[in-house]
Amino acid sequence: MARRTAIVATGQTHHRSIRRDVNGQELIREAVTRCLEDGELTIDDIDAVVIGNMDHFEGINYVDCWSVDGSGGFMKPTIKLTTGGTTGTTLGIAGYHIVASGAFDKVLVIGWEKNSESDTTGAINTAFDPVWDRPFFAGAIAGLSVTAQSYANMYGATAKDAARVAVRDRRHACLNPYAHLRKEITIEEVLASPMLSDPVCLLDMCPRTDGACAVVYAAEGVAEKICPQPAWVLGASSRHMFSYACDADFQGGSLFSMQRACPDLYKKVGIKEPLKEIDVIEMYQPFSWAGLIWIEDMGLCGKGEGPKLVWDGVTDLGGELPINPSGGVVSTNPIGATGLIRCAEVALQIQGKAGERQVPDVNLAIATGFGGCLWTDLLAYGKKKPE
Amino acid sequence: MDRAAIIGIGQTKAGGRMKDFNYAELLYPAVVAALEDAGITIEDIDNIVTTSNDFWDGRTISSMATGDVSGAWDRNISCVEGDGTFGAFYGMCRVLSGVYGTTLVTAHSKGSESVSPYITNAAFDPIYVRSLGLDMVSACALQARRYMNRYKISEEQCALVSSKNHRNALDNPNAHLQLDLSPEDVMSSRMVCDPLKLYDCSPVSDGAVAVVIANEERTKKLGKRPAWIQAVSFCMDNYLLGDRDLAECAALTKAAKKAYETAGISDPRKEIDVAEVYDAFSYQELMWTEGLGFCDSGEAGRLAESGATRKTGDIPVNPSGGLLASHPVIAAGLIRIAEAVRQIRGEAGKMQVDKDVRTALAHGVNGVAGQSHCVWILGKE
Amino acid sequence: MSPTEKSSKEQELQKEDLLTIHSAKEAVQPFQYSVGRYGSLFLEEMQERKRFLGVRCPKCKRVYIPPREVCGPCFAKMEEAVEVGPRATLMTYTIIRFPFIDPETGDLRPVPFGYGFFQFDGADTLFQHFFPIDDESKVKIGLRFEPVWREERTGSVRDVEQFVLVDD
Repeated sequence: MARRTAIVATGQTHHRSIRRDVNGQELIREAVTRCLEDGELTIDDIDAVVIGNMDHFEGINYVDCWSVDGSGGFMKPTIKLTTGGTTGTTLGIAGYHIVASGAFDKVLVIGWEKNSESDTTGAINTAFDPVWDRPFFAGAIAGLSVTAQSYANMYGATAKDAARVAVRDRRHACLNPYAHLRKEITIEEVLASPMLSDPVCLLDMCPRTDGACAVVYAAEGVAEKICPQPAWVLGASSRHMFSYACDADFQGGSLFSMQRACPDLYKKVGIKEPLKEIDVIEMYQPFSWAGLIWIEDMGLCGKGEGPKLVWDGVTDLGGELPINPSGGVVSTNPIGATGLIRCAEVALQIQGKAGERQVPDVNLAIATGFGGCLWTDLLAYGKKKPE
Repeated sequence: MDRAAIIGIGQTKAGGRMKDFNYAELLYPAVVAALEDAGITIEDIDNIVTTSNDFWDGRTISSMATGDVSGAWDRNISCVEGDGTFGAFYGMCRVLSGVYGTTLVTAHSKGSESVSPYITNAAFDPIYVRSLGLDMVSACALQARRYMNRYKISEEQCALVSSKNHRNALDNPNAHLQLDLSPEDVMSSRMVCDPLKLYDCSPVSDGAVAVVIANEERTKKLGKRPAWIQAVSFCMDNYLLGDRDLAECAALTKAAKKAYETAGISDPRKEIDVAEVYDAFSYQELMWTEGLGFCDSGEAGRLAESGATRKTGDIPVNPSGGLLASHPVIAAGLIRIAEAVRQIRGEAGKMQVDKDVRTALAHGVNGVAGQSHCVWILGKE
Repeated sequence: MSPTEKSSKEQELQKEDLLTIHSAKEAVQPFQYSVGRYGSLFLEEMQERKRFLGVRCPKCKRVYIPPREVCGPCFAKMEEAVEVGPRATLMTYTIIRFPFIDPETGDLRPVPFGYGFFQFDGADTLFQHFFPIDDESKVKIGLRFEPVWREERTGSVRDVEQFVLVDD
């Protein structure tokens, strides 16, 4: 039976470069414990566990089975999902469908990653086709920088425009006690940082992080008993297209999957004017340039107008549509958790529990996920239970 | 209460080393067959759940390889990493959530492309266990010994299971192995890992399978010969082998109990007409028939000897030949579901059991030595 | 027990020198990836005849390279092989400057290197490959490139050494 579903509790670790003090299960447990505390729940209250990460970062097969000690899934239904970078939002979407379906009333959803345990780029390379793509590919950095190159070429955006995005997110992160990088940076510092892959510099790019995030999804009737302001799921959308790195159309660097997922989500939720109606976005923005390009692809402004929106302060905390009040992905990136952190942060915004990074009056919030071969996931959450 | 049904199934013939096909080329015919079987086109598919495993595929986003052939273009899609029964569970949730009307669920694996002990060794804890070199076979050998020791199950009783399933597979056009093995053939096969002999072990196969799940409304519109989903239940035991009682399958018992409650089944032995279970090893079919309540603990050996689990028996198990004859990892559980659907429809050809099939059970396992189990109950109504 | 009188057990748990288990080059997962029927044909053309083949979708008529069985957007089986290139237009590129461990070899891949997405004449999708960066200022989106073939070819995308600017 279809039921309305909400996030009622969240927890995350204090994200760090290297968490040498915990193994993977212990890292997971930290997030799970905080999440249960947040909802004043015990593990016995949980009906099922949904967990995910990106396998080759830790080299552990059947993570759903391995993670019992951390996840609390002992003698519980447990299932794993993974879709690469989009894993976190894929998990967020799974929690939603699984509870809405009536299978369980309260589901614990966990995303985690110990990125320090491997060479991140090397591991990402294994995601791509071994015959055609791997000999040339250089992970996310390569795949993203070519889109930036294309965008700059077509619309004239500059490295300075991109740097303004990074500066924004890093400033926001100072207000987020969980963020990994909590030091402001300047545009000059971004431009002067080492070039990784033209035109992307070190400070344009996300770090790699060890961290975990857990949320509890609950069904209507149950959610309201757990927290006074559940973050209701209004809708979700995914577009995971392209099997080969070059199947995407790189003209103008647009994120095609975002251009297809947004209309689907907006239709499901009834959004007609995204810039006006959305109150906050936690975007899986793995590098600064995406903060220019993808806001156009979300329909917040026209093609090539991203820089203006950003320079005008529209996307800063205090602006009309704050993006990444948490500091986003350029401040924190435990890849398997990153998408779920977007969901958790958005839930905190709706619940009014976002502390110093709280956006006032959040009624409608969007969490996005990115990964794979330029894939997009989207979730919309709201203060009011949907019809 | 909204219901869902399986309205289409499609499968490739599994093989040993299907080197002519990459993952996409292996899966595509199964998808096409499932759509044809359901009498629909890809346009009728609202969303997709693919099932794969990054280690088996050697790609850390294994779903990437099969997007195009699963109809991912401009559709909502997700991926479960686990046995196909788990993938299909999520596929079912996505229609029962009210968001989509139909889900295409796919699963594939090409075990031949790597060295399976390395793949399964990666399932073991990297800090304490992995360097011991355990893999699926040695871990299951440990379990077999525990189980057989506690309940005085003999190797001969296991051999009966293997012979039964291999002979059943002779009638299964999709099975990887089609070997007419007698129990003596099994007993005399070479020892792989005591007490598991070659024919006590399933092969590691290449194969793919796809099913179409629809909600009640779309089933009534589209479904020609639906198999209704009466219950799905799953449960996971502890992880470290030493933390578990390997002679028991507590997780399966719990999952089965919940499935039976949901489906309104009080006497599974009587009310389940046929079962397709995850027999990665011959001893496992014995353990799982106990965990599923077809007989008491420790009685499965005698159950096998009685002939009750043969196609002609009162509780036929694995008329398709099960995993022992055909084991594309990850796909295997979804294939159990497909075989159960065939039985319900009466379309299993020579595999069809000798009784009216109103209720069928399909079972999948994820993880090592039966750590995580998923039980499906399908029915004609 | 006062805070200063910690048991030796607790002292051990607070050890600064936390351990790491290394699983390095000795740990391998060898794979024999099946190229598939379409890819095999393509690689053979490269090796034997120094030609690039794409496949055309019967419905939308797009030509795909690398070739594959199914046109994703149309969900249609493709059967028509089409020669593309050898010249190609550079659609986007970057210069990789950071070192990383190549999972195929276990070694650090030498950097910097030029990495480009090329659109062969006649193809609708792009093809990745290397290009020389001895003069970075020469590389611009929209310029024309052509492949440089290796003498010894093995039936792999590396049978092309790299793409170089067309000298027109």
